[in-house]
Parts: sequence; structure tokens; C-alpha cells
Amino acid sequence: MLREVLIAPFSDFEFMRRALAAVIALSLGSGPIGVFLMLRRMSLVGDAMAHAILPGAAIGFLLSGLNLFAMTTGGLIAGFAVALLSGLVSRSTGLKEDASLATFYLASLAIGVTIVSVKGTNVDLLHVLFGNILAMDDPTLLMVASNATITLVVLAVIYRPLVVESVDPLFLRTVSRAGAPAHLIFLGLIVVNLVNGFQALGTLLAVGLMILPAGIARFWSRDVTPMICIAVASAIVSGYVGLVLSFQTRIPSGPAIILVASLLYLASVLFGRVGGVLPQLFPGRHLEA
Amino acid sequence: MAQLQFRDVTLGYDRHPAVHHLSGEVAEGALLAVIGPNGAGKSTLFRGIVGLLKPLAGTIAAAGLKPREIAYLPQIADIDRSFPISVFDFVSTGLWRSVGIFGGIGAAARDKIAHAIAAVGLTGFEGRGIGTLSGGQMQRMLFARVLLQDARVIVLDEPFNAMDSKTSTDLLQLIEHWHGERRTVLAALHDMDMVRAHFPQTLLLAREAVAWGPTTEVLTADNLLAARRMCEAFDDAAAPCVPAPASKAA
Repeated sequence: MLREVLIAPFSDFEFMRRALAAVIALSLGSGPIGVFLMLRRMSLVGDAMAHAILPGAAIGFLLSGLNLFAMTTGGLIAGFAVALLSGLVSRSTGLKEDASLATFYLASLAIGVTIVSVKGTNVDLLHVLFGNILAMDDPTLLMVASNATITLVVLAVIYRPLVVESVDPLFLRTVSRAGAPAHLIFLGLIVVNLVNGFQALGTLLAVGLMILPAGIARFWSRDVTPMICIAVASAIVSGYVGLVLSFQTRIPSGPAIILVASLLYLASVLFGRVGGVLPQLFPGRHLEA
Repeated sequence: MAQLQFRDVTLGYDRHPAVHHLSGEVAEGALLAVIGPNGAGKSTLFRGIVGLLKPLAGTIAAAGLKPREIAYLPQIADIDRSFPISVFDFVSTGLWRSVGIFGGIGAAARDKIAHAIAAVGLTGFEGRGIGTLSGGQMQRMLFARVLLQDARVIVLDEPFNAMDSKTSTDLLQLIEHWHGERRTVLAALHDMDMVRAHFPQTLLLAREAVAWGPTTEVLTADNLLAARRMCEAFDDAAAPCVPAPASKAA
């Protein structure tokens, strides 16, 4: 019985196996990116950027229909352009990053939805907004996997300057020139992972697999490295449980995954070891020193 | 030999000078107190020395040292104290110059880090998150990082602000130890008794150098009064500064 619910969907159907592979690859990249977004207080920047991707993806859709490759390329170009521009603007003018991105947010979403609805149907629109992880073809799956690989490798390269820049940017500026490039590369990685998530979860939920796992991790650890591991693990668990849930019920896969992640987040808020509600209400007797 | 040389340096923001036509030099191994009222340009001068601020005019030379090779302890460290990083990891960033982005931190380096933490009296705190430290412990930790930076020139911006006497005494010992190693140390200070007791050289700054030399000669009542008067001019409509022939010759 348990086997039927938990394993059979994947052993019986190839599209479920592909979806599982995609969501695991996605989690590996999005987990660490989300943790840094949160620690750098950029969670909403990620959200805004997710919408900035939409017009690019929509133009790809306009040119070649519901072709994931074209839409991804379009999304990447649009995302990079916005990330780079807003990064440069905030670094050179002192305008806060979130402010310089916020302007793009609504306009981009409106442009994107307009383009898609002019050319396509409501089904296409749903696909763009909420993704379809159950329709992973070979090239798409490969792309998702290689984007995750790129993310991990690049993150390993910029990890040290990124951490130091997050804690003590002034210090980094006095010892190294690596701060600004690390920041811009990080913005690029956000785009890569949002485009990745876009395939599976759509433009509205793509950012979910970044922010929710990071939020979960924050309640269980006080150190960056374990935080990243917890984020990746909880993203994978959400992906797996979400797929099972959507297979057994009629909930669409994308929302199902994010729903599971939200439940994990809620549980973490309540029970989390670091600053959770219940541990705060019942902290136990205070220590001697 | 001069470790730091200022040639007619003007530093400021939006073309308004905060340090105006400063010339002079700091000898290698000097222990120099930089004093002056709030807004006298002490922090600005330090930011100029470590390369965070480009001079509006003039040059600052550090005898072959790059600005990056000067250790700097800022006044209001814009450290994100909520960031989840341990004291040990934080202090280890002081090794940046030798390990850079990719270098590993081996047993020898870990030893050095442990020593630096012990030298500031934070042994036992290695695994604690930086967010759990008190103000004094935070300052001790920042001193440990400066210690690790092993720099020939060390610039400390008001290191004893809001520190109790125990912390000040401990950290002052560290500074005197650096002085003994012939490192060049500059510190912005407000405590005149401390300056008299521990700092042989003093620069009294009030946008311009009011006096610069042996501490006993600089810390006179006349000089201090002059400094307070000179400090209060910031004119939004000020005309561009034309160098007088005299300051050119200096």
C-alpha cells in the first residue's frame, strides 16, 4: 500500500521520474541561492526578478510557440539584462537594489502576460504562470541539470567573497576587489535558477523553491553551511512529496510542491530550534553561565 | 623613513572638503594619535589612507604599500551582526591577504587564528555566532582580525568608543605591542589622558592640521581651542578653492 503511494508513481510512469529528477536538480541549485538571498535581505528582489524574466520568456513564446528552449533563452536574456542593469544602478547611484528592481516588477509581469495572451490561449498562460514539471522533455531536463551544475560550481568559486561581502562589505573592500564581481555573478546565478524554476513551477512560483527552503533552514541552524544543506534537503523533500501529492490528487504539480514547502515552513516556524515559536514559549530553565 | 606621506591632500564628499590641504608624513613605526572635534575629518582621513575614498586633490603615498595592505578598523563597522557566522570564521577573514579567494586554511593557519582569538581574550567564544557578542567582545573580535592581518600599517578609527576600562586597557596593550614590533599605528581618539599617557605623536585635526608633532607640544589649550573654532565651516555655496602660492610650496 505504502509502496503504491510513494514509489509506484515513479516506477510506473516515465514523466514522473523525469519530474523527480528535475525537481532534485532544481533543489540543488535553488537551495543555496535562496539562503544567500535571505541572508542578504534580498528575498523580495528574487521575487521581483522572477517577474522580470517573464517578458523575455513571452517573446520566446511569441517567436516559436510553447518551445521550452526558446522561452528559456528569452528568459535568460531578459533576466540578465535586468539583473545587470539594476545591479549597476544600485552600485553606482546608491539607490537600494530592491527599489531599482521594484520598478521593473509590475511592468514586466504586465508586458509578459499581455504578449502571451495576445498570441496564445489560456492554457498557455497557465503554463507560463505556473509551469509544468510533468512535461519535461530531454533537452529541458538536460538544461535544468546543467544549470544546477553551473550554479554549484560558480557558487563554490565565489563563496568566500560572497560570504564576507554579506557580513562585512566594508572590510572586503579594504582587502580585495572581489566584492563587486561576486555580487554581480550572484545576481546572474539568481537569474539562472529562476529560469530553471520557471520551467517547472512557472513565473509566479519559481522563486518558491528558493525562498521557502531558505526560510525553513533559518529555523534550524545558526551557521551558513548547515543552513544550505538543510535548505537543499527540504527543497528535495518538498519536491518529492509535492509530486506524490499532485499524482494522487488533482492538485497541479507546481502549486503542490510549493504547498508542501509552505507546510514545512509553517512547522519550522512553530517548532524550529532557532527562534521557533514553541521553543521560545517553553525555553526550559535558564543556565548558570 | 616615512611610512605615510600626505602631499597637499584634500579629501571630501560632493566636492566639499572634509580634510583640507593636509601635508606631512608619518614615520615608519610611529604611534600617532589623531584627535580633533567631531566632524574634524579624522574618519575621512582614514578612509583616504585605506583607499575607500579618493582624494579630491593631492596624493597619499604609503611607501610602496598598496591601500589593501593597510589594516583598517572602521568606526561604525557596517557588519551584519545577524549573519550566521562563527567568531572563528569571522576572525579567519583577517587572513585574506595570504589565502585570498581559494587558498585553504590549514593547521598552521588555524593555530594563528586561535592565537589571535586568545590574544584578545576571546578564547572559548570560537564557536559562538557573532550576533551573540556584546559590544566590547565585538571590538575584541575585530582587533583579533586586525592582528591576523599582520599589516605594516594599522589604522584604528575611535577603537575605544563605548568600551569599558578593562577592554580599553587590554586593547591598548595590543596597540603598544604593535608599536613594539615597529608597525605604524594611527588611532583616532577622544580621551586626552589616554593620548598623553600612551601616544608619543599626535595630529590635531580640524579639517586642516592645527598642530602635528610630539604629543606634549600639540596638546596645548590654545591649540585645542583653535581646533574647535576651525571645525564649524561647511558652506553649501562655497566657491571653488584656488590654491594659494604658499600651500603649493608646502
